[in-house]
Amino acid sequence: MSSKRKKESPESDGSTRASNFPDEVLERVLGPVKSHKDRSSVSLVCKDWYNAERWSRTHVFIGNCYSVSPEIVTRRFPNIRSVTLKGKPRFSDFNLVPPNWGADIQNWLVLFATKYPCLEELRLKRMTVTDESLEFLALSFPNFKALSLLSCDGFSTDGLAAIATHCKNLVELDIQENDIDDKSGGWLSCFPETFTSLEILNFANLNSDVNFDFLERLISTFSQDLTANQCSELESAFNNCKNLRTLSGLWEATALFLPVLYPACSNLTFLNLSYAALQSSELAKLLAHCPNLRRLWVLDTVEDKGLEAVGLNCPLLEELRVFPADPFDNEIIHGVTESGFVAVSYGCRRLHYVLYFCRQMTNAAVATVVQNCPDFTHFRLCIMTPHQPDYLTDEPMDEAFGAVVKTCTKLQRLAVSGLLTDLTFEYIGKYAKNLETLSVAFAGSSDWGMRCVLDGCPKLRKLEIRDCPFGNAALLSGLGKYESMRSLWMSACKVTMNACRLLARQMPRLNVEVMKDEESDDSQADKVYVYRSVSGPRRDAPPFVLTL
Amino acid sequence: MTPPLLGGEEEGQSNASLVASSPSIDCISSQNGLGLKERNYLGLSDCSSVDSSTVSSLSEESKNNMNFKATELRLGLPGSQSPERETELCLLGSGKLDEKPLFPLLPSKDGIYSSSQKNVVLGNKRGFSDTMDGFSEGKFSGNPGINAMLPSRPSGAQPTIMKEVPTKVLQERSRVTNVTSPNHVNASNNSAPAAKAQVVGWPPIRSFRKNSLATTSKNNDEVDGKPGPGALFVKVSMDGAPYLRKVDLRTYSAYQELSSALEKMFSCFTIGQCGSHGAPGREKLSESKLRDLLHGSEYVLTYEDKDGDWMLVGDVPWEMFIDSCKKLKIMKGSDAIGLAPRAVEKSKNRN
Repeated sequence: MSSKRKKESPESDGSTRASNFPDEVLERVLGPVKSHKDRSSVSLVCKDWYNAERWSRTHVFIGNCYSVSPEIVTRRFPNIRSVTLKGKPRFSDFNLVPPNWGADIQNWLVLFATKYPCLEELRLKRMTVTDESLEFLALSFPNFKALSLLSCDGFSTDGLAAIATHCKNLVELDIQENDIDDKSGGWLSCFPETFTSLEILNFANLNSDVNFDFLERLISTFSQDLTANQCSELESAFNNCKNLRTLSGLWEATALFLPVLYPACSNLTFLNLSYAALQSSELAKLLAHCPNLRRLWVLDTVEDKGLEAVGLNCPLLEELRVFPADPFDNEIIHGVTESGFVAVSYGCRRLHYVLYFCRQMTNAAVATVVQNCPDFTHFRLCIMTPHQPDYLTDEPMDEAFGAVVKTCTKLQRLAVSGLLTDLTFEYIGKYAKNLETLSVAFAGSSDWGMRCVLDGCPKLRKLEIRDCPFGNAALLSGLGKYESMRSLWMSACKVTMNACRLLARQMPRLNVEVMKDEESDDSQADKVYVYRSVSGPRRDAPPFVLTL
Repeated sequence: MTPPLLGGEEEGQSNASLVASSPSIDCISSQNGLGLKERNYLGLSDCSSVDSSTVSSLSEESKNNMNFKATELRLGLPGSQSPERETELCLLGSGKLDEKPLFPLLPSKDGIYSSSQKNVVLGNKRGFSDTMDGFSEGKFSGNPGINAMLPSRPSGAQPTIMKEVPTKVLQERSRVTNVTSPNHVNASNNSAPAAKAQVVGWPPIRSFRKNSLATTSKNNDEVDGKPGPGALFVKVSMDGAPYLRKVDLRTYSAYQELSSALEKMFSCFTIGQCGSHGAPGREKLSESKLRDLLHGSEYVLTYEDKDGDWMLVGDVPWEMFIDSCKKLKIMKGSDAIGLAPRAVEKSKNRN
C-alpha cells in the first residue's frame, strides 16, 4: 500500500501553474516510465514533477552504494518495491581490492525493513552479504519475490537456506559467480514441498549434493530459465523442456552427456558453457541444434575450429564470450586466436557484444571483425600477455582499437589490451562519442593518452585503469569531469598522494579514496578510487582506505 | 626373478617393461606383432628441445590404413637376441582403429583388449604394442632425466618490443611474483621454461571463475588424494608441437578411445605443412614422404605418474592408469628410450 503523501507545495502567489493536473494524475501518468534515466529527467522538470516522480517510482537503481546513503534514498522515494545496488569497484573481482573493503548490505536492509516493508526485489552486485543479512531479509519482507546476487561475497549456503525456508513467495533466485562458502547441499531442500512459485533458479556454482528428484520436479515447472549442476541425471527432464530459453551451469558436459541436451535446444537463446571444457567437435555438434542462439559463453578449449562452428550455426548470435580455460598456466596451452574471432564475425553479423580472451591477435583481424559487425556496443578484447603487439607485424595494437572506435559508433563499453601507445587513446577520445565504460591495463605511453579520453568522451561514466604510465597531470586534467562520471579507478599508475589531496580539496563532492600497497613509499598513491557522492565521505571505511 | 616377459604372457595380464638397446626409432605396432627391434632408450639426454623443433612428418594416411613396417621394436636384455618383429606406424595410423590403434595399449586385467598375438619377448624390453599381448609385469619407470626432455616452453626472455615505461610500471608497480617480463607468445621454442609474470588480477578473470576452473582441471591426486567424480584433466604435450592440449581422461573408458582422440588432436602437428584446420592434401602422400615416414621417428605415448616417473601408456589397466596419470606426453620413440629399465624394478617394488 503506498504511503499517502501530503500536499507539500501550495501554489505560489501570482504564478499560474502550467497545468492543473491533480498530482495523483501526474503520478499515474508517470507510473509506466521505467527507465531511471527518463525518471531522472522527469524529476528535473519542476518541483511538481519531481514530487510526482518520487511518489510514483517503484524501482531504484543505485550504481554505487556509496554515492548516496540509505536515508537519502528512503526519504526521497517512499514507495520502492525493487532495489538494485552495486558496491565495490569492478577491479575487486580480480583481487585488486582487499577484503573487508565495505559495501555491506546490512545497513540498507535495516532501513528498508522499516521504510519499505513491501519490498519485493533486491539485486546486488559486488556487495558484501552475510548470512545474517540473508536471514534478516528473509524474515523482514513478507512479499519478497526476487533475489539476485552477482559477484557478491560474505555468505554461505546457510544464508541461502534461510531464504529458501522463509521466502514463501519467492519467484526468482539468481545466485551467480559469488564467493559462497559452500557448507552443505541441504539448502535446496529447504524449499517447501509444495513450492510452486519459483520460476527462475540460478545457482550454477555450487557443488552441493543436489537432490535430483527435487530438482527434476522444479525443472518440470520451469518454462523459461534453467540452470543445473550435474545434468546427467536430468535427461528425462530435458526431454520435456521444449521451451527452454537459457541453459547454463554445465560443469561436466562431456561428449556422452551433451546429446541429452539436443531435444531441449531448439528454442535456446542463451547457452552458457563457460564451465565445461568442450572440444571443438563437441561444440559443433551441439550448436547444430541451436539455431536460435543469441548469446553464447564458451571456454577457449573449443579453439578456432569451435568458433568456426559458431559462425556456421548461429546466424542470430548477438553476444559471444570466450573465457580462457588456463589463464595462468605457464605452459602455453592453445586456445582461440584471431582466426576464430574473424570466423565468428563472418557468420554472425548481428554480433554486438564480445568478450574475448586470447593469446594472439592482429590489427588486421580486428579491423575485419568490426567491418563485418559494425554494431558493437560492447567490445572487450583481452590479449592475455601484457604489452603484446600484433604478432604478425610486431606493431602496437593501436590500429585495432582505432578501427573499433571508428567503425562502431554505438560503442558503449570498451576494454583494451595488448601493446598500446597514446595513439589508441587519441582514437578513443576522437571517435568514441558514445563510450560509457573504458577499461585499460598495461597500456599507453604518457599522460596525454588519459587526457585524450577525459577530454574527448562526453558520455564517459566509468574509467578503470591499472598499470599504466598515467600520472598527476592526467588525473588532474579530469577535475571538471569526474562529477559527471560514476567513478574513476587508477591503480599501479604514477599518481601521487599530493595530487589526490589536491583533487579532493578542489572537488568536495567527490570522494577520493586511496589504498596503499605495503611496500610503496609514502608519496605514491597506489590505488585511487574517485567517485561522486551526495552523502559525503564513507563512514564505514576500514583502516586501509584513506579518505582524502 | 625371471626376466620379465620371458614367455610370460598371460592372457589378460598387463604390464611389461621395456628395455631398449638400439638407437633406431621405430614405431610400435600392435596387431601383427611379429618382430621387434631394439630401441635405444638411453638417448634421453638428448634434450628433446633440440629435436622438438623438427616435427616428424608422419603420414596422414592413417585414414587410408597405411602400413608402415619400418619401426621395429627389439626387446631383450642387452646382448640377448630379440625376435624380429614387424611393426606398423602407429601414431597416426588409425584408419582402422581396431587394427592399428594409435598407441596400442594394454588390455586391462580382465582382458578386454586381448589381442590375437602373443609375442615371445626376451629380456625385459617390450614394445609398446606388446602391451596388447598382456604381459604381467609391473610398470616401468623412466629415466628421471626424462624430465629434462619436456617440450620447451616459450622463452621468458625480454621481448625487444617492450616499451620502457610499461616495463618499469610492470616491474615496479604490479606485484609481480616471478619477475620476468611477459612472454611473447610466439617466442620460438627456446629452452628456459618461462616464468610467466604472475601479475595480480591478470588476466581479468573473476575469482569465482578461477576457482571453478581450478577445480575442474585438477589432477586426481590433488583432489583429496583420490579421483573424484569430476573431470580429470591432464595436459598432453607432444614433442615438436608449439602448444599443449588438455584432455579429460574421464571422457574415455578405454585406451583406444584416448588414443584416437589424441591422434585427432595432434595429427596436424605431424604433417609438415598442416595448419590448424588440417591439411587438405592429406590424402596425397608421396612416395618420398612415405619413405620418410617409414624411416622417420615414431611416437610413443607416455605419461607421468604420481611418483613423477614417466611410463609408457598402456601397461596397466585403464582404471589404474587414470588413477595415477598426471600428464601425458607424446614422445618420439628415441626419446622414450629410458622408460623401460626401471619398470621392472618398480613393478617389483610394488608387487
